[in-house]
Amino acid sequence: MKYADEFRDPVAAKALLDAIARVVDQIGATAEKPVHIMEICGGHTHAIFRYGLDKLTPAGIEFIHGPGCPVCVLPRSRVDECIELAERPEVIFTTFGDAMRVPGTQKSLMQAKADGADIRMVYSPLDALELARRNPDREVVFFGLGFETTTPSTALSIQQAAREGLTNFTVFCNHITVPPPIKALLDDPHMVLDGFVGPGHVSMVIGVHPYDFITKDYGKPIVVAGFEPLDLLQSVLMVLEQIRDGRAEVQNQYARVVPEHGNAVSIAAIEDVYEMRPTFEWRGLGEIDESGLRIRDQYKAFDAEEKFGIGYAAGPRDVEDPEGCACGQVMTGRMKPVMCPQFGKGCTPEMPLGALMVSSEGACAAYYQYGGARAVAAK
Amino acid sequence: MCLGIPGQIVAITDEARMMAMAEVSGVRREVNVAPIATGTLSDVVGKWALIHVGFAMAEIDEAEAAATLEALRGLGEAQETLEAMAAGDAALEERA
Amino acid sequence: MALRDERVTLAHGGGGKAMRDLIEEVFTSVFQPDGMEDQARLDCAALAEPGAQLAMTTDSFVVDPVEFPGGDIGKIAVCGTVNDLAVGGARPLYLTAAFIIEEGTEVALLRRIVASMQAEAEKAGVRIVTGDTKVVGRGMADTVFVTTAGVGVIPAGRQMEASKIRAGDVAIVNGVLGDHGAAILAARGDMALSAEIVSDCQGLGYLVEAVIAAAPDVRAARDATRGGVASALNEMAEAAGVAIEIDETALPIRTEVKGMCEILGLDPLYLANEGTLVLFVPEDQADAALAAMHALPEGRGAVAIGRALDGEPGRVTMRTLFGGARIVDMLVGEQLPRIC
Repeated sequence: MKYADEFRDPVAAKALLDAIARVVDQIGATAEKPVHIMEICGGHTHAIFRYGLDKLTPAGIEFIHGPGCPVCVLPRSRVDECIELAERPEVIFTTFGDAMRVPGTQKSLMQAKADGADIRMVYSPLDALELARRNPDREVVFFGLGFETTTPSTALSIQQAAREGLTNFTVFCNHITVPPPIKALLDDPHMVLDGFVGPGHVSMVIGVHPYDFITKDYGKPIVVAGFEPLDLLQSVLMVLEQIRDGRAEVQNQYARVVPEHGNAVSIAAIEDVYEMRPTFEWRGLGEIDESGLRIRDQYKAFDAEEKFGIGYAAGPRDVEDPEGCACGQVMTGRMKPVMCPQFGKGCTPEMPLGALMVSSEGACAAYYQYGGARAVAAK
Repeated sequence: MCLGIPGQIVAITDEARMMAMAEVSGVRREVNVAPIATGTLSDVVGKWALIHVGFAMAEIDEAEAAATLEALRGLGEAQETLEAMAAGDAALEERA
Repeated sequence: MALRDERVTLAHGGGGKAMRDLIEEVFTSVFQPDGMEDQARLDCAALAEPGAQLAMTTDSFVVDPVEFPGGDIGKIAVCGTVNDLAVGGARPLYLTAAFIIEEGTEVALLRRIVASMQAEAEKAGVRIVTGDTKVVGRGMADTVFVTTAGVGVIPAGRQMEASKIRAGDVAIVNGVLGDHGAAILAARGDMALSAEIVSDCQGLGYLVEAVIAAAPDVRAARDATRGGVASALNEMAEAAGVAIEIDETALPIRTEVKGMCEILGLDPLYLANEGTLVLFVPEDQADAALAAMHALPEGRGAVAIGRALDGEPGRVTMRTLFGGARIVDMLVGEQLPRIC
């Protein structure tokens, strides 16, 4: 596969690992006093475990798994609202596969589907649009989930729906932005963070300058990284070199995909279709100001919240995480998955308590799947 | 938010809706090319793009890709040099 | 031809003349069982061998769509049943085939499915000796469901079971992984992908016999169907109480299947196969086993992918491209395409 295989070359990986080990030595980091590097994006968490990079890098590096996993930060109340929509007989509820198993207060979308709700997995919002065209007598709702990577796709789909004058297509908008939770973590006095591996595909849309605040206001380095193993290793090396040299810069390792100023078409579409909500609920982080998007009034006809009187349109609600669930702490890097008392016991992939065990990029799922639950249970 | 895969645009399929056929290792899917179609639509044919949820989100810059690989290869060579130097030093020590 | 109908109706399941016509024209004229009694009567001579064992298996087939690149539900039904017998070291002999047909199904489709089954049965050297037909209302079945039973004979002295696998044994697959799962995904059309991927559906009876002849101490074999090779390996590791390590660079996977998995975020190790098995042989018989497999079309792509080790019993790990290690766990639920 072009532009993928070359970035998986084991020989180059070895060279990078050796270089990383050298710089870790130069910094003087050890297992007892490690360098804390946060990979923000859930896709990076997944890649790290899938390739075993956490075991290949020196003990002097500790990866803190960040909140860049949109499924992981999905509050139970939003899942409940999805199910409420899906259970309406006229609705065809469409979603990415990632959200299917996230437990709401009573059940997940997967279980709701088994109970008879018309819930369909799609690969793209365009598929939902096609369903709307083909089923004029049904209401097609698309669950717009994700950070800035996916936000433009939903926006462009809404614009297309508007051009076609579709009257049976709406989006249940759960799009969120990356900088606010990062700021929340940096403001948290309990967090020890020395550097960041930045989200490559979010940056493909928004460019690299939204992260300037991390270097300027907090003095931490950030390297925007691609998703192949060599990308990750090279980015870790670049972060380490900045730490060693006392620098705090925004660097772009993923320049082949990420333009400095992002993608103009996508940014324009986002601007046109959405506006910032005053606050938005994040699982594990509570309400964060100016972190979630809602659909603008001019596209009200495509807003499921408006059409069905649900979500923030219905007024405030208060849903807590289940008893014993430590997702919030794990997701903000304050606790490792294996330290959660529920891990492997009350919370497993078959019977997940929280989103981190469900999402393919949740730290808990990654530990469980790639790290092996039985190894953990043995500890 | 991240599952994007490099694919090559091989044909325009629906000009009005800005749709094109993308190919990834012999697998084809129709994608929307609006994000990368800044000039004439047909210009995107043959280009490599990052595909995510049915959209070609960014063009892959061949020069940058080559530069990144060069840097990585350079690291490999530097590594070899270091190892050779280390081996040389060890040999010298042995003789001393 | 008494059967003029183009589509199956509830009348065809009613037990009367319409049903008899359907059975005769579509099923028994092709399968040609001996006699038309309620039961097949089979010669037990093969079982009279001292130490021989009767092997028996049953399976249901519900694949959707019923026709897909590389086969149809009939082909899978015969191959799947034959393979379930073969991986236990049995020589497959007789199959039964019961059909649950959705009202409105085209008779022409049934004929195609039956033709596939007869063709595969002949290839595998088995006979379909008895069956059953039911018709259910529209929407009560996905076109057609097939349930089979199969019987075969395990010759005296043969005992292939997962518990016999021990540390040092080599794991071998007969060809590329994941083709069937990928072909079905593309054929379903949900993901709007098009690819030239064809199901690997095939009978493996002769392949297993060839391996047993060349490597008589072959420990066990398993058909890597639902849940893919990863699930088969996990089951075997657990049954044997050994650890298994496979090598990512050794896994034979078609480029298109890799591409599809990359796009959808799936792991080819968990994709279903319908003509792929994994078997374990003692190290000193691995080369002989591979040579025997390479001599047959079903084994042309045979390759060693790993080995059993002393280690955490039941744990399957994979050495990644870079020498890193990751665990290949049992699948939980269904594998879902992801965007993250």
